[in-house]
Amino acid sequence: MAIQQSEDQLLRAYRQMKTIREFEERLHKEIMTGEIAGFTHLYSGQEAVAVGVCEHLDEKDLIVSTHRGHGHCIAKGCDVKAMMAEIYGRATGLCKGKGGSMHIADFDKGMLGANGIVGAGGPLAVGAGLSAKLDGDGRVAVSFGGDGSVNQGAVLEAMNMAVVVKAPVIFVIENNGYSEHTGADYAVGSRDIAGRSEAFGMKAIKADGSDYFAVYDAMAELLDHARAGRGPCTAEFMTTRFFGHFEGDPQKYRAKDEVKRHREEMDCLKNFRERTAGVLSAAALDAIDDDVLALIDEAVDEARAAPGPGADDVVTDVYATYQ
Amino acid sequence: MPVITYRDALNEALHEEMARDDRVFVCGEDVSGGAGGTSGEREASGGIFGVTAGLLPRFGEDRVIDTPISENTIVGMAAGASLAGKRGVAEIMFADFLSLALDQTMNQAAKFRYMSGGKMGCPVVIRVPYGAGMNMAAQHSQAMYQIATSVPGLKVVLPSNPADAKGLLKSAIRDEDPVVFFEHKAMYGRKGEVAEGEHLVPFGQAALLNEGDDVTVVAMGRMVVFAQKALAGLVEDGVGVDLIDIRTTSPLDEDAILDSVEKTGRLVVVDECPPRCSVAADIGAFVASQGFSSLKAPVELVTAPHAPVPFAKDLERAYVPGPAAIDAAVRRVAAYR
Repeated sequence: MAIQQSEDQLLRAYRQMKTIREFEERLHKEIMTGEIAGFTHLYSGQEAVAVGVCEHLDEKDLIVSTHRGHGHCIAKGCDVKAMMAEIYGRATGLCKGKGGSMHIADFDKGMLGANGIVGAGGPLAVGAGLSAKLDGDGRVAVSFGGDGSVNQGAVLEAMNMAVVVKAPVIFVIENNGYSEHTGADYAVGSRDIAGRSEAFGMKAIKADGSDYFAVYDAMAELLDHARAGRGPCTAEFMTTRFFGHFEGDPQKYRAKDEVKRHREEMDCLKNFRERTAGVLSAAALDAIDDDVLALIDEAVDEARAAPGPGADDVVTDVYATYQ
Repeated sequence: MPVITYRDALNEALHEEMARDDRVFVCGEDVSGGAGGTSGEREASGGIFGVTAGLLPRFGEDRVIDTPISENTIVGMAAGASLAGKRGVAEIMFADFLSLALDQTMNQAAKFRYMSGGKMGCPVVIRVPYGAGMNMAAQHSQAMYQIATSVPGLKVVLPSNPADAKGLLKSAIRDEDPVVFFEHKAMYGRKGEVAEGEHLVPFGQAALLNEGDDVTVVAMGRMVVFAQKALAGLVEDGVGVDLIDIRTTSPLDEDAILDSVEKTGRLVVVDECPPRCSVAADIGAFVASQGFSSLKAPVELVTAPHAPVPFAKDLERAYVPGPAAIDAAVRRVAAYR
């Protein structure tokens, strides 16, 4: 299919994907130093999904994310440096160091939060979509989730509820093949997430999640549907993650060469460069690569140098008022 | 002042707040009822206890949403919409079913403000009919408020009379934080004077319903009614009681309790929940720690036993803390030397 997007749009999409990739690859290295505490779930390999989806959205559209949420945050426009500071647990972090990797949120960007509970975003996205429906302004809500989330009751309830209340919600299911350490082909009984979604009475599409253009085109079709008030829909994107479920996961469940093979065959950045070879110059893309690496360097340096929150902050932001 | 029921007071609060603020919507199982039925009667229920009656004809299907039986998503949808600028009022048909919605209640709604460093609020209200006394047995009779009270980020409200039911619900809907609102099922038909129109009862302000110098009785929800029943005999026998209705278990009016115990030196806490990790145990520990020098007698906790709520009338009567148990506890602490 011919590429419909302008050069600016394409360069922007590449920059977003590259930023996510380098953010995550750098985190993978930095986590080894022991400076970053807690659980971190990296998004490398799935960038085409976050960006292919979010390039269609503006700040008023709402997204609900997952434990593997850095990519969704960046794609939705969250500040990369404030994100890095958050992951380092700094006072300058997007959530003042109170959320961390699993709870990054930025309401001003329409990003209602990563989430530590698999599937919990489904019901929240239905509410966000309901809010959009009541306002009647054409906004939509996107619920990101993995193949693991579609076995949670919350997501099944949410899919049905979205159909019943006709909420403009797009359930974006990123099928990266694994629910933590267990294969999706085992855990998803029907092995067909799009089909399961259709059974709730909604439109569903299955597409290649390592191809930015396949994601972008699928979303265009689903967004037309949702913005027109024709109810919720689902996109199942087949993708892969280049790292483990969490950092430190030995990945004993994956064939020895699987990640290496996927990095060669399912790399959305490589794929994007090949697809745009006749439209974008390699020099322009290389320049973006340099920019992104510099940005990530600065983000890490600034996060390292930033002050941590004070002990007094433990009990602030629990309530708006409490007396 | 008009005399109306607890149910009608709650209903009035919902009508007034929905008329005042078009961001407010209600959702839950059968809040209207009738959707998809064969009779064509669209408001076939108005809520299983009638609290949401008349809302659908007045405010329409967009703002009065009958839902499937999906508690976690009822709360999650209301919470998600409240993150996104609305004011969701979710009804969980029985407080016991909060167990099905705990993720959205305690992991999601309660924590958004904190996890986002104060940038996102979730002004949702979760209404939960609660309590024993109607022979509904172990899964439709629990009080449950001790669970909500233990969660940082939630506010927890238990009105004991129609005026507070209206005033506290209006405050809950206007509050910027998530509120779990406990309505006692056995009190829906109770009548009392309720101001028409604007009537707000603030959170964290206990009501001193009776004054006396000998014993402080702290109660919440329906336990206030039973404490009031116990009062007559106690007063007749010369036992002076400060009766404190705490109205909200979170925030808790600690000053009202401490001030009273400073005067009386004796404390009885009445609580419909089982005793372990209960609001009664919490208040008892608080007074033992912060009011130790005032105490002249051991703190007495009058609670349900550590058992599920039974079905049979005789068993349930024995289960629920009532006026006789309160009377006995007050006399014990009053006589303690």
